[in-house]
Amino acid sequence: MDHHQAGHAAPVLNDAVPVRHPGRWISAIIIAGVLALMVQSVITNPNFRWDVVGTYILDVKVVQGVGWTLLLTVASMVIAIVLAILLAVMRQSDNPVLRYTSWVWVWFFRGTPVYTQLVFWGLIAVLYPKISAGVPFGPELFSVDTSTVITALVAAILGLGLNESAYLAEIFRAGLKSVDKGQTEAAEALGMGKGKIMWRIILPQAMRIIVPPTGNETIGMLKTTSLVLAVPFTLDLTFATNALANRIYLPVPLLIVAAIWYLVITSLLMVGQHYIEAYYGKGVDTNQAPVINPAAAKAAAAVAPSAEAEPALKMDFPEEEAK
Amino acid sequence: MTVTTQKPLVRIEGLHKYYGQHHVLRGIDLTVNQGEVSVVIGPSGSGKSTMLRCVNLLETISAGRISVGGQLIGYREVNGRLHDLKTKEIAAQRREIGMVFQRFNLFPHKTALYNVMEAPVQVKGKSKSAAKKSALELLDRVGLADRANHYPAQLSGGQQQRVAIARALAMEPELMLFDEPTSALDPELVGDVLNVMKDLAKSGMTMIVVTHEIGFAREVGDTLTFMDGGVVVESGDPREIIANPQHARTKEFLSRVL
Repeated sequence: MDHHQAGHAAPVLNDAVPVRHPGRWISAIIIAGVLALMVQSVITNPNFRWDVVGTYILDVKVVQGVGWTLLLTVASMVIAIVLAILLAVMRQSDNPVLRYTSWVWVWFFRGTPVYTQLVFWGLIAVLYPKISAGVPFGPELFSVDTSTVITALVAAILGLGLNESAYLAEIFRAGLKSVDKGQTEAAEALGMGKGKIMWRIILPQAMRIIVPPTGNETIGMLKTTSLVLAVPFTLDLTFATNALANRIYLPVPLLIVAAIWYLVITSLLMVGQHYIEAYYGKGVDTNQAPVINPAAAKAAAAVAPSAEAEPALKMDFPEEEAK
Repeated sequence: MTVTTQKPLVRIEGLHKYYGQHHVLRGIDLTVNQGEVSVVIGPSGSGKSTMLRCVNLLETISAGRISVGGQLIGYREVNGRLHDLKTKEIAAQRREIGMVFQRFNLFPHKTALYNVMEAPVQVKGKSKSAAKKSALELLDRVGLADRANHYPAQLSGGQQQRVAIARALAMEPELMLFDEPTSALDPELVGDVLNVMKDLAKSGMTMIVVTHEIGFAREVGDTLTFMDGGVVVESGDPREIIANPQHARTKEFLSRVL
């Protein structure tokens, strides 16, 4: 499109004097001053014991604690996400039994403290010393000691995962509801089955809504893992740094060690979330024209000269599901 | 316009629809022959879209019967008693019926090409390469071969609607339903969509078109049905009805839209 008619002089741009913002300068100076004071105190106050932080930041026990904390976070979130999808789909089901089951699950696991649930899972072997499967009132098929199956790690993951599933189920439900009903209708009109409509049409679009709060929950979970002491599970980052602090009578530097590691992991999770959001936002959050399929473009050029077609931006969209 | 074989493809008989106490359709009868373009007009709230949506069961049928290609839609009749079809059986019936929506309803997370390929691959089990080939042909047919890799948000309304038509055609349906396909479009984009629909009519596709485009009805329609208040007021040759409406309500409606 030609905005400038040939022969016309270029317009004189309005070189207006911008509004001044003295408030921004004043606030910047105040904050810089406060920040300088804080940095000074952090550096000069010997009680921070930065030397001890340096000694323990890569301590074997601490690094192992990071590993266990990551394992707890990932494993419990995977369980929670799988359950949450199931619960959210059940909640929308035509089958009233499934709908109510989902509702009761969310009601229970959201309605009791995660700490209580973790203690409970730790005590499951007291409640049920043996796990056995069989026909109700009939013969027993197999039986194992509960304590060999539900170890402290399993109890911690189950406790965290089941509790989280209730919160995620509500997030997933909100996501599924956010997708326009016309999408289901269009897919139905094409003869797609219920499962395909959910997995290929609704869920991928719902993910745009689901991912940001789920990222939030994952970061929350990272820190909730510090409660696994209730099981008791004693290898995670918080327990490891507390144990070290108690041994050397220096709680502050080891709290800093733990805080640094939690911040590092959170930062990495945020980077991951950014890419997941970009993936599920494709087609909606990006508005650049993709590189035109060369073969199709050639075919089209023969039919209709694309004089008014906007130039394709140099943005390459990866071909979907290039298998 | 087209040579019709006079073989009825769609039969709607005594169709009623209730939403709770609200009686939306009050006994609709409509027959569409193979290869015919049946245009349905009427004021908003007259039930014309509801009727169309009953044909592919996006709305349940409260009373009456619809058959497409001799097959009863939504039910199986055993010893004079109707039995609801299973979801899978309904899906199978819908595969024969393409639908184009007022608001396009393209899948926003898929490119134009993948919108068109989705159902042939996922529903018919067509191979990806074969589906891609025919999808590109269909996009070319609706004049959008150069937009294959665009997402719906990168297309104008008229382009989106043409992709939606291509998507419906990809299932090779025997009947196409159009639910006010141009009502959500800017005026200058209506023509492209109507041209695609005209070509489709010329190719012999059986179509039921709910629209406000009287010009389209006059030019392409084989029959015109005017609906108001959930009943068919008048039905017949489009040119005759438009030139010489018999009922006062038809006259009044046409005087407002023409």
